[in-house]
Amino acid sequence: MAKRKDILRSKRASIPKALTGIAGLDEVTFGGFPAGRPTLICGGAGAGKTMLAAEFIVNGALRYGEPGVFMMFEENAEELAANVRSMGFDLEKLQNDGLISLDHVHLERSEIEETGEYDLEGLFIRLGHAIDSIGAKRVVLDTLEALFAGLPNHAILRAELRRLFRWLKDRGMTAVITGERGDEALTRYGIEEYVSDCVILLDHRVNDQVSTRRLRVVKYRGSAHGTNEYPFMIGENGFSVMPITSLSLDHKASSERVSSGVSGLDEMLGGKGVFRGSSVLISGSPGTGKSSLAIHFAASAARRGERALVFAYEESHDQLVRNMGSIGLKLKPLISKGLLRVHASRPTLQGLEQHLVAMHDEIAAFRPSLVVVDPISNLSLEGDRSSVVRPTLMRLIDLLKQEQITAVFTSLVNNDAATRESSEVGISSLMDTWVLLRNIESNGERNRALFVLKSRGMAHSNKVREFLMSERGLSLVDAYSGPDGVLVGSARIAHAKREMGNSDNQVTK
Amino acid sequence: MPPKKLISGVEYQLRLYVAGQTPKSTAAIENLNKICETHLSGRYKIEVIDLLINPKLAAGDQILAVPTLVRQLPEPIKKIIGDLSNEERVLVGLDVHPLG
Repeated sequence: MAKRKDILRSKRASIPKALTGIAGLDEVTFGGFPAGRPTLICGGAGAGKTMLAAEFIVNGALRYGEPGVFMMFEENAEELAANVRSMGFDLEKLQNDGLISLDHVHLERSEIEETGEYDLEGLFIRLGHAIDSIGAKRVVLDTLEALFAGLPNHAILRAELRRLFRWLKDRGMTAVITGERGDEALTRYGIEEYVSDCVILLDHRVNDQVSTRRLRVVKYRGSAHGTNEYPFMIGENGFSVMPITSLSLDHKASSERVSSGVSGLDEMLGGKGVFRGSSVLISGSPGTGKSSLAIHFAASAARRGERALVFAYEESHDQLVRNMGSIGLKLKPLISKGLLRVHASRPTLQGLEQHLVAMHDEIAAFRPSLVVVDPISNLSLEGDRSSVVRPTLMRLIDLLKQEQITAVFTSLVNNDAATRESSEVGISSLMDTWVLLRNIESNGERNRALFVLKSRGMAHSNKVREFLMSERGLSLVDAYSGPDGVLVGSARIAHAKREMGNSDNQVTK
Repeated sequence: MPPKKLISGVEYQLRLYVAGQTPKSTAAIENLNKICETHLSGRYKIEVIDLLINPKLAAGDQILAVPTLVRQLPEPIKKIIGDLSNEERVLVGLDVHPLG
């Protein structure tokens, strides 16, 4: 048995690869692009081809000791440098340091007359010279297809492209070639025909007016690869792909506990509250007090002198402050002290990935010790996108855990029990503590009940407690459970009175 | 001092980029000499650049295909790629009206 496993593993040892250094992409491709071979990146306009290629070159030069040549056919060097500066890359400096070489190939059809036989030896010489001058190991050709518009004789061009890819392979260059997406083929001029080792497709689509970027490895000769479509984003820190597998569970686990801000809940959570850096899910149907409870976590952190950040997706900043005031929670002083920040926006305003980027940036700027996302379900309400939400959420939780930031998420669930189970199942496994809020209707009144469904790593109460919201704040009282079942609200009070009366009677006896 | 016109009497400054001694480059040089002698006698100057010797110039002068003939003067710059076997198209490319 063991032997067979070994054989399987040795078979899996695949071709040499060159790391791209792009978060997530190296996981999807199991180690990067094929070393010494060309990789085709295709996608429509604005799909992020050039950004990916640029990051591949910059990372090669800075992190892997592999200088690279970036040959561009559309933008010129200044334009490219300006475009990637937003991701923090200084191409000019890299070029001056001899780590990269930029060459803009300008081809103007109207300037060119064609008579008789020719070849593209000039391109080869140019590329060869750039490679030799910096000892390049990586080459980007962005977008080679511009040649088709510039050179009228496609027969010669195709023969030369074939020769070019062979030549790049012979020189051992790890090459990235970008191509514009065609209507039926992967690229407009079918250059995937020449680049057969690795093909990556970038997609920028809009569903329900929300844009998402996706990446897919169409083929990868001689290697296993992830076959899914992976969401990716382009943010201030560059290109980032979100495979679930990139999550390594190696973050530190703090044993420090932080208060929830509601003493009754702390009591239920082993008397001390939740672990610092853990993730808390508060779920419940509408009007059960999810937001209020979540904001208490934030206010409690702020009162301890820590910074707390609230992402509010349903209420505006002012509305939140006013509403919390109505239950005795004064946020204004905490906000003016700079300990609490509320970031209110509609999640559908941006694509999910861009959203995550925005959250990431906000978190990086404010450096909070606690983050509230209210509600997380709004992120998933953008159509049926649970497959996207889950990795995105994982990514967010992972980020927060690595930074030891306590995360509190609220989640709106329907009263319908069937959908509740299924919608929660996806994200609850990511959570360390799950607090459930419920409406209980009986005797002509509606009361709120709270219970802790799970809380990893601590003893926690198994009781259902009644959750009271008043102008004096949130509190939890023990619901009466006895032979008559769980009693809440006036039934509980009446019962308590009866009990009291009984005991009084006993005393008088 | 007249600007740009460096050599008196020369109207056409031409540069031919080749890569080594290939049949195509030899043909291009021969064709170019013949066309210039016929139509631009005494009014031209040809400079042949071998990119194998001067690879740097390929990027500087935006050369991809070889052979490439570049008309540097008179402006604007024009490029003709190929072995220049079609005299008529070379003349069109250079914007030269054949004599007679």
